[in-house]
Amino acid sequence: MSFINYSSREINCKLVYYGPGLGGKTTNLQFIYARTSPEAKGKMISLATETERTLFFDFLPLSLGEIRGFKTRFHLYTVPGQVFYDASRKLILKGVDGVVFVADSQNERMEANIESLENLRQNLIEQGYNLDKLPYIVQYNKRDLPNAAPLDEMRQLLNPSRAPEFEACATTGVGVFETLKAIAKAVLTELKRGGGG
Amino acid sequence: MSGPEVMFPEEQKQIAIVCQRLHRDSNAKAVLLIGRDGQPIAEAGEVGEIDVTSLSSLTAGNVAATGGISKILREKDFTSQFHEGEKTHVHITLVAGRAILVVLFDERSSLGLVRLRVRRATEEMARLFEQVARKAASQTGPSILNEITDADIDKLFND
Repeated sequence: MSFINYSSREINCKLVYYGPGLGGKTTNLQFIYARTSPEAKGKMISLATETERTLFFDFLPLSLGEIRGFKTRFHLYTVPGQVFYDASRKLILKGVDGVVFVADSQNERMEANIESLENLRQNLIEQGYNLDKLPYIVQYNKRDLPNAAPLDEMRQLLNPSRAPEFEACATTGVGVFETLKAIAKAVLTELKRGGGG
Repeated sequence: MSGPEVMFPEEQKQIAIVCQRLHRDSNAKAVLLIGRDGQPIAEAGEVGEIDVTSLSSLTAGNVAATGGISKILREKDFTSQFHEGEKTHVHITLVAGRAILVVLFDERSSLGLVRLRVRRATEEMARLFEQVARKAASQTGPSILNEITDADIDKLFND
């Protein structure tokens, strides 16, 4: 849930990168971290296993500038993608303001994408959210791979509601900042639309 | 989805005073107040060396995980936690289900003293959070959210 501090003049928002295991969620955050100026970012935290698979979450705090004298701070989180970490995913979705679904474009990961999207929808419902009403961006990652599924096919399977979408290659950074800007903008627009109640 | 959490200058000031008093009365190294989603709200004491943003996020994750454990065990939220370190110990308490109070202390203090002082501080903080909630619900003055225009948002994302 966004947090507006009228004393320190800050708007804080929480963004969550969701998607199947090994889909590139952590890579998105790592690229953002590597390409952001030191004064705009905090330390990136990765709670990972010894084999570098996300165990609980990755966390990256970012400042995106000021609006009307208020600093905008975005807290970026990833969830662990592996199926058996579902309890952790639910916790990380608490208080979320916007979601990026990072889909793996490889043909053989399509079932995992669908399963993860269903899981996202269900876990949001449990937290009292509706994916169709939440700021939401779909990122088709790994577009550079030879076994990438056709975009139209992925769109039909993963984005029937036509949420804003981006093609990406998180390892080289293609589409990473476009995705981030789109979700951050959608969150601020939704916050403004809500007008603070 | 409910509206955003807010904090106003007057209550922020009072919360900061409660943190400072807790820091002094419990002989703690530092006191931090954090939102349940991991945003730092207030701090007192020796925080210069500490990465407060990271600590806040990890503490919120820790509290969320502990809350998950309590659910599995069909317990109510575990309202406090204690981590014993070699030099620094950490006491974590939920404040009115809205925030997390973290006290870092060493051999200059004790768990008993921290617990005692935390109890009083959390009561005061809970009252202040109630005050904030009431104020936010009846807010009639201009809200920053009403002042923001689409052009302001666009400007933020112009390269």
